[in-house]
Amino acid sequence: MILLDPVWTALLYLAAAVFFILALRGLSSPRTARRGNLVGAFGALLAVVTVFLSARLENIPWIIGAIAVGTAVAAPVARRVKMTQMPQLVALFNGVGGGAAALVALLELSHNADPWTRLAIVFTLLVGAVSFAGSGVTFAKLQELMTTRPVVFPGLPVVMAAVLLAAVGTAVAVVLTGSLALAVLLMVLGLAAGALLVLPVGGADVPIVISLLNAFTGLAVAASGVVLGNVLLVVAGTLVGASGTILTRAMAAAMGRSVAGILFGAFRGGSTAGSTAVSERPVRSSSPEDVAVLLGYAQRVIIVPGYGLAVAQGQHTAAELALALEARGIDVDFAIHPVAGRMPGHMNVLLAEANVPYESLKEMSEINSEFRTADVALVVGANDVVNPAAKTSSGSPIYGMPILEVADARQVVFLKRSMRPGFAGIENELLYEPQTSLLFGDAKDSLAKVLGAVKAL
Amino acid sequence: MDGMSLLTITVLAVFVGFEVVSKVSSTLHTPLMSGANAIHGIILVGAIIVAGQAADPWVLAVALLAVVLATANLVGGFVVTDRMLHMFRGRKGVGK
Repeated sequence: MILLDPVWTALLYLAAAVFFILALRGLSSPRTARRGNLVGAFGALLAVVTVFLSARLENIPWIIGAIAVGTAVAAPVARRVKMTQMPQLVALFNGVGGGAAALVALLELSHNADPWTRLAIVFTLLVGAVSFAGSGVTFAKLQELMTTRPVVFPGLPVVMAAVLLAAVGTAVAVVLTGSLALAVLLMVLGLAAGALLVLPVGGADVPIVISLLNAFTGLAVAASGVVLGNVLLVVAGTLVGASGTILTRAMAAAMGRSVAGILFGAFRGGSTAGSTAVSERPVRSSSPEDVAVLLGYAQRVIIVPGYGLAVAQGQHTAAELALALEARGIDVDFAIHPVAGRMPGHMNVLLAEANVPYESLKEMSEINSEFRTADVALVVGANDVVNPAAKTSSGSPIYGMPILEVADARQVVFLKRSMRPGFAGIENELLYEPQTSLLFGDAKDSLAKVLGAVKAL
Repeated sequence: MDGMSLLTITVLAVFVGFEVVSKVSSTLHTPLMSGANAIHGIILVGAIIVAGQAADPWVLAVALLAVVLATANLVGGFVVTDRMLHMFRGRKGVGK
């Protein structure tokens, strides 16, 4: 149905693009983030209504049916997913977006003979397919459908290079011939490349890959906008591609790593695969009651939550413990390492879900100087992010990663499941220091016991 | 639209994209990634256009699959981001 002339259509698309820019801007500050997201959703709604009112469309009942199906599948999942499983859901949504872009490009091939347009088509096909398969593997890793360790096999770099070369060759052939069969082959090669790209990445680095693939999907969408001559798709896709690139670099910088190192580190051996050997050196282990006394008579406690807390779903117990300590007049803060949890910023979401006000969540740069004034640093299920080896041992895989300076606190208490090293697979010297004590067990159980003991003081 | 205008728009959009997220705190990395993820679900517009022009049943079937996938990306992305951000509350219920 054509109710809108081209000028109005262009104006409405422009408005939608502005809403997307405002959305990203809003999402950059805690105060405006939620409104920003709603502004983005409104922009998307506006764009979808505009396309229905401005283009000559057949099959409208089918299209509306398909939209209903997509909504009926995605909305309940998004609403019900546990916050700890949210990273893999984001990966999944990203993947299907990339897949959609690739399919759109595939169908547009027969309508376009112009070589430049065909170039945009092969780009969308390839990058969309890479994003789809890469996100699929990422999902499988995070959902623990497969191992979270890097998957490497001899000859992987050669296979990868062969796939990429074949993809470039096929892409050139598609541009020259416009063959649909070759375009499908290109998609298959893209899927293979996407899987091979993510397989060698270790569990702790997977979030950065999600962000990178997010940027990829953005670029694929931008290219599909070139194919369709749709300015909104070009602007929205480019925005996501550009902001996603910046975000990926920011995340990698927070881990003290380079994006290239994460992607190709495993090719050279290394990456995050480390030993899981357990050391025999003595440590000071303590009981929940000891920990409760330490905490209950402190003046200032800084809690350092990590991946183990997220896995044990202990965030609510941690929040209760903080409340119980505050009721005793103790100053409690949470020190959040940028990569705590499973994604950068994930820990903030988990603690926010447990009703910890965001004023208590301190960023690393803000809190690092304050450990000196803390009586107790309580490290719950974190290891690498507090490992001094990142500063002192230049041979260590985490060397250069900024860490939380818990060693400066008067007492350090680790709640750990076992002496097994963290993701990076390296020993933490801090565990053997005289001011350190350890309480072994599942993070949530240990927290609950400590909480009980604090209440009984 | 001619190639030069598209190129101009693309380059400007790159700079806007760099600019708007350059100062974001790590607290918001996850919601920002998720929100950006939802925005590229706008490929739905492209999928609708292709489905609306489909004459062949096979083409329509593939295009409708693209519509379903794109909708999942768009709707799911915004809903999950909203859920995340719903939890960012201040002590006195501020922050909205």
